[in-house]
Amino acid sequence: MKTIIAINNLSKQYASGHQALKKINLEIKSGEIIALLGPNGAGKTTLISVICGLVSPSSGSVHVNGFNIIKDYRETRALIGLVPQELTLSAFESVWNTLNFSRGLFGKKPNKAYIEQLLKDLSLFDKKDTELRLLSGGMKRRVLIGKALSHEPRILFLDEPTAGVDVELRKDMWNIVRRLRDTGVTIILTTHYIEEAEEIADRVGIISDGELLLVEEKHALMQKLGKKQLVLELRDAIDHIPESLNAYALTLSDEGYKLTYRYDTRSDRTGITTLMKAINASSLTLKDLQTQQSSLEDIFIDLISSKENLK
Amino acid sequence: MNIQAVKVIYKYEMLRTWKTLFQSIASPVLSTSLYFIVFGSAIGSRIESIEGVPYGSFIVPGLIMLSLLTQSIANASFGIFFPKFTGTIYEVMSAPLSHYEILLGYVGAAASKSFIIGIIILATAGFFVDLDIKHPFWMMFFLILTCITFSLFGFIIGLWATNFDKLQLIPLLVITPLVFLGGSFYSISMLPPFWQTVTLLNPVVYLISGFRWSFFEVADVSIWTSLVIILGFLAFCLALVAWMFKTGYRLQN
Repeated sequence: MKTIIAINNLSKQYASGHQALKKINLEIKSGEIIALLGPNGAGKTTLISVICGLVSPSSGSVHVNGFNIIKDYRETRALIGLVPQELTLSAFESVWNTLNFSRGLFGKKPNKAYIEQLLKDLSLFDKKDTELRLLSGGMKRRVLIGKALSHEPRILFLDEPTAGVDVELRKDMWNIVRRLRDTGVTIILTTHYIEEAEEIADRVGIISDGELLLVEEKHALMQKLGKKQLVLELRDAIDHIPESLNAYALTLSDEGYKLTYRYDTRSDRTGITTLMKAINASSLTLKDLQTQQSSLEDIFIDLISSKENLK
Repeated sequence: MNIQAVKVIYKYEMLRTWKTLFQSIASPVLSTSLYFIVFGSAIGSRIESIEGVPYGSFIVPGLIMLSLLTQSIANASFGIFFPKFTGTIYEVMSAPLSHYEILLGYVGAAASKSFIIGIIILATAGFFVDLDIKHPFWMMFFLILTCITFSLFGFIIGLWATNFDKLQLIPLLVITPLVFLGGSFYSISMLPPFWQTVTLLNPVVYLISGFRWSFFEVADVSIWTSLVIILGFLAFCLALVAWMFKTGYRLQN
């Protein structure tokens, strides 16, 4: 796939001295959905803001479709739609007018049919003459998406699109994102909901404290970094773990009926065979056993905490 | 140039005017009419003519300037401050348009609105006093130049202001006193010599004097001095706004 956004050694230091981005390098492919995952204050919004022209970079460069975001800002910005994190809308404008305003800002001639279809896709058509202040939070969020799409961009930035949005609406939003991807739009979303990245992203980038810790294809990431756990269900309860199994750092739960063993899928030796042999040699009798893959959330917490530990 | 964008900003700002018709147009017209009634008719009838111009007519250029200045500043400063305040400015800043196109949209709309108000006040004045404009071309020129210059100044205030208090600060504490003391209601030749000299430090004096000359050929200072001062102020505002854009002042982090 063609690279649509190329970020090279991008750094941003605010006037306050806060280093929001530290030498970020990232290539985003045309047509993919990439989720930038990170805790609050990690630098996700700053990264988006630099690419969209709201924040000027301190050093490094960003190219969008081969154009430099500073030198060729007209070309790059015309390709981009931005949905901000906050519900920032003019209160007294109608849905219809605000979408047409956005389209015009990006230099496009009015296109009634396109805006009509867009509003229909976002289930907003029946609200087209309503003033923005009268809309619910979820609808306002959809209006912001509509505004971002009003000039037919090829790249869409969604900054925390589902922050403070209920479950139903969140799923609705994911469907909108998937439909957009099907039309060829490249989507970059920031989120601190792991579930969101896991659900819709093709690739996941993890940002913490201004650094891009890693970028991986989602499934590969989960496989590569994922820890698994083996849960052993015992026929008879035990009150302590036999000494012969001490080497395996097992945990006992469920009133002595459950033993849990955590292992790393990345290591050559997971220790499962020797553990099973040791259990065989002990007096324990197994009733059942199962393995569980850790979620993206566990991976995320692992990464962030290992970085903290390094400091 | 992104003409489409300039057009939508202009249209949006003008639409705001029609939506708040009373506040935008009726209110300055009403307050000016009150000035005419009080100063022009009630008090003015007891004041002799100034340099051959009846007092009621004499104050017309000053009153128009008073409204033009306050309205140009208020419109332009609010136009850019409000999207900054609500956060909707992100859209304008991330659109493919240069700072000067943004300026053209916002200042163009504010200046147009002030121009309309100026014309309406002029027409209103016609109901109260006889107006014989000696130099209509110069009158229009001064009117338009003032609308543009002070809308630009208002835009700068709107960019600079970080809260509503600051937004009001300069119009209220600087502009209004300067206009009132700049010869709106009197000729500076009526002042004692010392205050005549002090008054010449007030830039608004030149503005009102030039504008009044275009009506009655009566002026406190030469028309050319007036022209140089107002063009100088326009150049100052342009330089300031250019610096603001270059450094991303209050617009870009």
